[in-house]
Amino acid sequence: MAHTAIELNGISKSFGAVHANRNIDLKITAGTIHGIIGENGAGKSTLMSILYGFYQADRGRIQVGGKPVTINTPSAAIALGIGMVHQHFMLVENFTVLENVILGAEGEALLNTSIAKARSELERLERDYGLEVDPDAVIEDLSVGLQQRVEILKALYRGAEILILDEPTGVLTPAEADHLFRILRQLKDEGKTIILITHKLREIMAITDNVSVMRQGAMVATRKTSETTVEELAELMVGRRVLLSVEKGEAKPGGVMLSVKNLTVKDSRGVTMVDNVSLDVRAGEIVGIAGVAGNGQSQLLDAVSGVQKAVSGTVTLDGVPVALTGEADPADLRQRGMAHVPEDRHHVGLVLPFEENENAMLGYHRQAKYLNGPFLDIAAIRNDAREKIEKYDIRPADCRLKTANFSGGNQQKIVLAREMEQDPKVLIVGQPTRGVDVGAIEFIHKRLIDMRDQGKAVLLVSVELDEIRSLSDRILVMFAGRIVGERGPDASEAELGLLMAGVEEKEAAE
Amino acid sequence: MDFFHTLILLLDSTVRLSVPLLLAALAGLYSERSGVFDIGLEGKMLAGAFAAGAAAAVTGSAWAGLGAAMLISIFLALVHGFASITHRGNQIVSGVAINFIAAGSTIILGQAWFRQGGRTPSLSAGGRFGAIELPFADAVRDVPILGEIYSELLSGHSLLVYAAFLLVPFTWWVLFRTRFGLRLRAVGENPAAVDTAGISVSWLRYRAVICTGILTGMAGSYLSLAQNAGFVKDMTAGRGFIALAALIFAKWKPVPVMFACLLFGFLDAFAIRVQGTPLPLIGQVPVQFMQALPYVLTVVLLAGFIGKAIPPRAGGVPYVKER
Repeated sequence: MAHTAIELNGISKSFGAVHANRNIDLKITAGTIHGIIGENGAGKSTLMSILYGFYQADRGRIQVGGKPVTINTPSAAIALGIGMVHQHFMLVENFTVLENVILGAEGEALLNTSIAKARSELERLERDYGLEVDPDAVIEDLSVGLQQRVEILKALYRGAEILILDEPTGVLTPAEADHLFRILRQLKDEGKTIILITHKLREIMAITDNVSVMRQGAMVATRKTSETTVEELAELMVGRRVLLSVEKGEAKPGGVMLSVKNLTVKDSRGVTMVDNVSLDVRAGEIVGIAGVAGNGQSQLLDAVSGVQKAVSGTVTLDGVPVALTGEADPADLRQRGMAHVPEDRHHVGLVLPFEENENAMLGYHRQAKYLNGPFLDIAAIRNDAREKIEKYDIRPADCRLKTANFSGGNQQKIVLAREMEQDPKVLIVGQPTRGVDVGAIEFIHKRLIDMRDQGKAVLLVSVELDEIRSLSDRILVMFAGRIVGERGPDASEAELGLLMAGVEEKEAAE
Repeated sequence: MDFFHTLILLLDSTVRLSVPLLLAALAGLYSERSGVFDIGLEGKMLAGAFAAGAAAAVTGSAWAGLGAAMLISIFLALVHGFASITHRGNQIVSGVAINFIAAGSTIILGQAWFRQGGRTPSLSAGGRFGAIELPFADAVRDVPILGEIYSELLSGHSLLVYAAFLLVPFTWWVLFRTRFGLRLRAVGENPAAVDTAGISVSWLRYRAVICTGILTGMAGSYLSLAQNAGFVKDMTAGRGFIALAALIFAKWKPVPVMFACLLFGFLDAFAIRVQGTPLPLIGQVPVQFMQALPYVLTVVLLAGFIGKAIPPRAGGVPYVKER
């Protein structure tokens, strides 16, 4: 058995009244991939930030390579061979790859010699680990996957032996994620120790040797990955049994509620993002749109919900055409029974500095029940918010709390409650469970099925293929702005994957 | 030949008038590149001009004046830093406050100390930075064109003029060829990247505002010790703001900053030159119109010709470690 790379004893950290970490013990064996899993807000990132010297623990001891150490600053962590790839990349966007890599590890006061040295060292690292990136490329021109590679190179350039990755696949396409996993395995073979923080159970099962589960700031269990199951981990994370698969009955589709014909949308640069798309959504069915992020799904949603202008095509809502030239404002569509859960709840769905009760009715604020003459009826708004909090189990149950202070899952529930409680005819949902933890995912999925069973027409866009497959009654695959295929809910992942990658319909069928 | 001579004189005063702008704009460049917006260039320059005038009047030494100017404007820069870096205050508010403090206190202190209505006493030659004649300036004066350019345009400026123009390549070198410059640019774009790389964001930004203090001190000294012979109240007359415009105009790059300042200096020189003389076709132009030209030009050029000026991304935003 190999030696211990990192040992944490009794680590505690609080931010004000919040105990982010309580009395955490953790042992990580050198040369392994160790997963740390937990819901959002379970304290994973805080723990790793303590290990990286970004925060100081209130109590507890850290040992690296068997020796007790104090890590007060990131530079102390770097000196101990700890590197970190942050969830939000720590890159200077208008710098080159090379400049980003040497930042903070320049060596000398003048750049000439250090840049030359860095270039050859970087080439060696790229060769050794299969991490090819053009050292002179500017970061903002690189894809997210390549930017992440730069982050890994940064850590390796500083001589990291222990690499911490915080939610590394959240921003990656499936193919990029696979490539990342290959790199991580190779790093492990070279003897590096890797700590992988994630809330995706599948990644844990696919790549880790050991896994530790955190819940509400505490470390609840550590298992060998080969000796555990997805179900057990999910239960440990949430603290109760979780249904990972969605139970639903047969769909009973009715008449067409939402009809899109020959819709074409261009972005501000004039690039065609949605190319002649037609689709129907009937009452009582969920139509799922699968696809790798960036293939026009977002623009389709925006155009249908009236946020973005379309170049041509028609959208019909319950038999009545909707103007697409910009007159169809979202408020009007809402009144006519189209509810919209936007993909990006932080920027579009919610006003984060507002109180919860304000967000719980925003967009419907002209409705009589929220008004008292020309004024808002604050008492009615708060009562309405309290009812939604109760019904959707939004936590903390405080309608006066600033929305920014809710976790991602609860923020999403605020949006869902607002849109679903309007009793719409058509519900348009984008990425309903992005950044949402397992317990809340289960709840959101159940509510979407409920909506379907109440006879609503649901259009669902998600980059999570599992979600599309388990919820949809029909699956449309989008690639490069077009619908490239339609499948039933029983279509295999491999088949959908091929369509999503743009392989022709006929070839995919074979 | 007469036209040529006029042109040389016009360019000569362009150089003189652009120097305080250039020093102030370069000062702002250090601070703003590090992510600390500085609307208080005007105030620091004014305080520097006063300190320079006062110290030179008392000691009789221009160098003592320059030193005092630098000290006082470094002090004000540190006040700005303390408010906006350490206490994460609003950088605009802090900058405006510094402008007010400088405008008021220079007059009060000037009156209290020297009793000349807010002025400092007129300086003798020793208390000023005099003109430096470059070698052979007199000998080549009669050579046509080149001789005149050398002896009139290039020679005969004060030390601070030469220093200001040398600071342009120097600043470029610091920004793009040194470790400090790399970090300075990085901290203005993404302080979190600098922090996680193990570098102190605060210390880096403090060093940047100290650079700003040094340069605004020089800019102030130039006004009271080279362009004039003593401090006059409100003598910066909005140059700190024009410097800020030049900085935006030049997209926070040293060499374009120089050209922007020369352009504004030229407009200024031109305005003085045509004062009172009717222009062909147009006739008499009000002085106020000419004085407004740099600002009008900034707006017009930024709106249409130069393209978008993208400031350092973290500019104006105090750095808070996120949870």
